[in-house]
Amino acid sequence: MDRKIRMGVLIATIALAPAFMGAAKDAPARAKAPAINASIGVISILTGQGSGYGESITNGLKLAGNEINAKGEVKIELVIEDSSGKQEQALAAGQKLINSSRVAAIIGPTLSTEMKVVGPEANANGVPIMGTSTTAAGITKIGKYVFRNSLPESQAIPASVTKAVKKYNIRKVAILYGNDDVFTKSGFDTMKKVAEDLKLDIVAIETFQKGQSDYKAQLTKIKGLSPDAVFCSALYEEGAVILSQARKMGIKVPFVGGNGFNSPKVIEIAKGAAEGLVVATPWFADRNDPKVKAFVSRYEKAYGKKPDQFAAQAYDALYIMAEALKKAGAADRDKLRDALAGIRNFDGVLGRFSFDADRDVVMEPNVLIIKGGKFQMFK
Amino acid sequence: MFAEQLINGITLGSIYAVVALGYTLVFGVLDIINMAHGEIFMFGAFVGMLIATKAHAPLWAAFVGAVAVTGLMGYMLERFALRPLRGKAGGSALAPLISTIGVSILLENGAHKLFGAGNQLFETPFAEIRFEVGPVTVYLVQVAILAIAVILMAGLSLWLYKSKAGKGLRATAESLDTAGLLGVDTTKIITATVVIASSMGGVAGVLVGMAFNYINNQMGLSMGLKGLAIIIFGGMGSVAGAVAGGAILGLSETFVVAYGNSGYRDAIAFIAIIVVLLARPQGLFGQAHQDTQR
Repeated sequence: MDRKIRMGVLIATIALAPAFMGAAKDAPARAKAPAINASIGVISILTGQGSGYGESITNGLKLAGNEINAKGEVKIELVIEDSSGKQEQALAAGQKLINSSRVAAIIGPTLSTEMKVVGPEANANGVPIMGTSTTAAGITKIGKYVFRNSLPESQAIPASVTKAVKKYNIRKVAILYGNDDVFTKSGFDTMKKVAEDLKLDIVAIETFQKGQSDYKAQLTKIKGLSPDAVFCSALYEEGAVILSQARKMGIKVPFVGGNGFNSPKVIEIAKGAAEGLVVATPWFADRNDPKVKAFVSRYEKAYGKKPDQFAAQAYDALYIMAEALKKAGAADRDKLRDALAGIRNFDGVLGRFSFDADRDVVMEPNVLIIKGGKFQMFK
Repeated sequence: MFAEQLINGITLGSIYAVVALGYTLVFGVLDIINMAHGEIFMFGAFVGMLIATKAHAPLWAAFVGAVAVTGLMGYMLERFALRPLRGKAGGSALAPLISTIGVSILLENGAHKLFGAGNQLFETPFAEIRFEVGPVTVYLVQVAILAIAVILMAGLSLWLYKSKAGKGLRATAESLDTAGLLGVDTTKIITATVVIASSMGGVAGVLVGMAFNYINNQMGLSMGLKGLAIIIFGGMGSVAGAVAGGAILGLSETFVVAYGNSGYRDAIAFIAIIVVLLARPQGLFGQAHQDTQR
């Protein structure tokens, strides 16, 4: 009997908790009445695997939201929903934002796979939706209401390869990639295409698998062919080990990596062997730009850590949204879409940003090199 | 180039063989596949890393520490995951297998909690010592790995075939009940087998750390699968089979990469295994099962 009552109280608490929280969140939002009032939906991974991304993204959005609201021209209310990284939950969250929250636009979801189901739904309902971390090919082809501000690898890799080829006068290359991962495989496809476009001599194409610990057979072969550089499409876990074993074996030529290589963890794992790795990235926290420095210091003050690429992309996304709202003049979904599609040369923390005719990203990525134990601009 | 790849292949093959020995010993005696062996091997690597890299102790201490910890883990595995299931009337023959799978999951996640995810550096000054033989660079580590593997295999064979305990073990492998009736303390023999097999896993873990410089909490799975394939290939329960199978897999994987296409590395290695098994279903050195002989 006693247990039943306790159970009942517990269930009631759990059921009502969102209502209490919702009430607390809504209260301060209706304080002032500025020119344009808009609620923007956010779909992100707040729980489960991948919640690290969601944390960065929502942190970036909240920081941008507070700054924008403080300026007063546009008043943005963020309505944040969790997708847990699952397609069906992302779709449910999207439908809720579109139909019951009646948001003007949606930022998110986090993964390309989620965007593939939420994008068509938003597009069919005429709600602008912008991915800040979706890098798969063809995302914005979903429809004319779908945007993204995350630089796909197919644009980042050509920048790093071209710069490295020019600087080191590279003629002969070996390519090494993980063939059991969609991300590293598509990175390889881009590397191969760029190498062929630049008329480089590809002396070897070698593969490896996730979690492999021994790369000596591949590296010994590459060493024997003495290329001018190694292009390596790997995630940082494998990539760092490859670099370390290669340097130890005496392969001293530059390495050009994909976006998966772009992590301070590479330096942590490979130590000195990471020197000379070239990567391209949309976000560089140490860039010598007052806008970037101000953002990094405000973010660090608010959350106690440095913003990563996901925080920076989300931060810029909300500013782009605010810019478009200002141009649209009202929180109208169709007007907002047209205004977004017209965004050109927006100056954000990622650099100068434009949407192309397909609502995809146009920007110059930062090409970085690891030197002296840290990422630096590659010149 | 050929010589360097040959050395790479021998190093990899030696490590495979030591991992496979641990599987084959337990299978020979208990007729079960110890699915936790790969994770015990991984723990051995981490203990070795903590001693050699973090505490800067000499390499022999890393081996001693890894053997002690993995040996203890083997004892616990036998005592708490295998012994309670043994000899229970009506129990499924698969119960011990499932039980070791449970232990492997526990250990993998335990390692994640204890040591963290991702690659960790396994660094020893010993790993830097190298010498030149003609145009070929040889690392002392590679020689040491081969030597340790050979010593382990020879020692194990001697022990199995010459010592009294080894005879008891082989008798237990032949028939648990008969050996018991003839006065062999089978519980002790089984415990000793699992402990020895696990500490060989610990040695293999340190060898991997020395050879490849990096270890992570996922490596038990991939190395464990290779070890399983090797004992099926070499013959379940056969020491010679584990050694030959390990050497062949290590060399074939390396040479497929060296002279073929690295994308087909595992495919060719495993096609070779399938071909051998079609011709000799009991594996290279395996004894045909009594049921099939009749």
